[in-house]
Amino acid sequence: MVGQQATGVQDISETPWLDKDADSLVRIKGITKKFGEFTAVNNVDLDIYQGELFCLLGGSGCGKTTLLRMLAGFETPTSGSILIDGIDMSEVPPYERPTNMMFQSYALFPHMTVEKNIAFGLKQDKLPNSEIDDRIDGILKLVELQDYKKRRPQQLSGGQRQRVALARALVKEPKLLLLDEPLAALDKKLRKQTQFELANIQEQVGITFVVVTHDQEEAMTLSSRIAVMDKGEFVQTGTPTEIYEFPDSRFIADFIGSANILDGQIVKDGTDHVRVSTELGEIYIDHGQSIKEGSPVWVAIRPEKIHLSKNAPKKSGPNQAVGMVDDIGYLGNTSIYKIRLADDRIIDVTAPNQIRPKNRTHLITWEDKIYLHWDASSAMLLNK
Amino acid sequence: MNRNRSRFLSIMLTVGLIFLYVPMILLVIYSFNFSKLVPVWGGWSTRWYSVLFQSEDVWSAVLLSLKIAVINATFATLLGTLAGLAMVRFGRFRLRTLFGSMLVAPLVMPEIITGLSLLVFFISLKQLIGWPTERGFTTITIAHITFSLAYVAVIIQARLTGMDQNLEEAALDLGAKPFKVLTAITLPRLAPGMVAGWLLAFTLSLDDLVIASFVTGPGANTLPILIFSRIRLGLRPDINALATIIILFVAICVAIAALIMFRQQRRQELDEAIAAREMS
Repeated sequence: MVGQQATGVQDISETPWLDKDADSLVRIKGITKKFGEFTAVNNVDLDIYQGELFCLLGGSGCGKTTLLRMLAGFETPTSGSILIDGIDMSEVPPYERPTNMMFQSYALFPHMTVEKNIAFGLKQDKLPNSEIDDRIDGILKLVELQDYKKRRPQQLSGGQRQRVALARALVKEPKLLLLDEPLAALDKKLRKQTQFELANIQEQVGITFVVVTHDQEEAMTLSSRIAVMDKGEFVQTGTPTEIYEFPDSRFIADFIGSANILDGQIVKDGTDHVRVSTELGEIYIDHGQSIKEGSPVWVAIRPEKIHLSKNAPKKSGPNQAVGMVDDIGYLGNTSIYKIRLADDRIIDVTAPNQIRPKNRTHLITWEDKIYLHWDASSAMLLNK
Repeated sequence: MNRNRSRFLSIMLTVGLIFLYVPMILLVIYSFNFSKLVPVWGGWSTRWYSVLFQSEDVWSAVLLSLKIAVINATFATLLGTLAGLAMVRFGRFRLRTLFGSMLVAPLVMPEIITGLSLLVFFISLKQLIGWPTERGFTTITIAHITFSLAYVAVIIQARLTGMDQNLEEAALDLGAKPFKVLTAITLPRLAPGMVAGWLLAFTLSLDDLVIASFVTGPGANTLPILIFSRIRLGLRPDINALATIIILFVAICVAIAALIMFRQQRRQELDEAIAAREMS
């Protein structure tokens, strides 16, 4: 299915945001929303392209839901404008917008059956009954709930309600589907499974999705691009890989995944490499950065990018450190090692448990002297 | 110690129930008393029921009370629902706080003040525009609507506050215009609250003596006014018979309500059972 889809949309660029001439489906220009004295969304600009699965990621109160509700038309921006398919939405009420929304609470009408819930939107468009029936059958097939037409929402499990809510929002074939924490109400196992289903459905129907979530794993799995929000502003926008591997601030490095963040001072700034002195010794980074020499910077290293070894390195150099195993968190598939350095600083390192431990004892254990090293490409240089 | 406490509790319960129900049981028993003097037992008889059924002024009072109660309940539900919607769903509008407190004022106002002020109002209205020409059915109905709509508004507000506002937004989002949202989503969800409000307004009106006494005129006797005026002349066995019928009527209503509630609970449990089966 995925393969077929890919050939079907070959003429559309996979990364339209990189194309300067590409027309965006949604254009958000300088949107601000204030509730009294509180600024929920502060002067935000964003372009979202046809076929994207765009995630707004952030903690509670960061303004992501307010932004989504402005797209749906439930909140009026204090200033700025929203264009969908080139049309200014400021004067367009929610019931005339080419958007549909899936609510966090699902908001299924309790006094209607599954079938009537899904038909509700189509009936507002005065479609003939035969077409309504066909569309309901089609969409229920997509979400695999064909046998549940006559059920009332109260008679469904959480996962089924979630799929009815998705079907009801999708059945009108909106230009833009807005999803507010679509998976938050599901339990963990079901959530993981549904993440992939949701992405598959999006690929099948080809509708542009904007998903609001606080769950970074969900955002990473689902999205074509992520905008990380904090205090009503976008901190960084990019693909999941860009956000994770190339964060442009300490906030992002710390917020997405985890990172060991070290204070540093640039020693040498070459065209293709940077040398930074830190508490962890000298760190060599094999890509350039246009930061003034001598200015304070931070170096972030992801725990899984650090290698552990019980043997001392053959020769000393940059990107090395030595410490003692202070604590081990055994997670089954991986383990988290807390390595205490000579200056009492703790460095987190994660390593996959690829080898089944012999005699139920692990290779690396508490109080072991341990050597750390990482690749020249691993450390991330940050200046804000 | 536990045992002592449970004995204490059951004694208190018994005493409480005796205070509540023995007077009513006595009333029912005395309604079947043959004797004309209420406290003197003269043997079993249903003669006071036939006296009651032949008494025309009792029936006209019952009819008047019912008529007022139904009209009052209907209008109070209508206006109270609108007021509740305005309070909960219209966001912040000018003078909202004032409107809100004026809405609940009749709940805390002593009835005697409400009655008196309405009487003064009707009299000055008559002087001013010549209407209402005489006090009775119309004035009592208006008076009842003014105070019962406050009760309805409170019930509707509570129900609306507890209702997921996303339901209405979802309907708007799916293309329904605001009026369609009101009729297709809000009102069906509010229906139980409106029924409860209607019944409460009906009961309040049927029960009201003080306000009705103030705003009524010659010849317009509601049932409470009639009973009260007769009792003032001494206890009467036919009034006992009337009271017994009212008790029976109320008991039937309560039983029906309990049955409906039981059914709803049953349905909810069934739904939950079906949903639980879907989980596994």
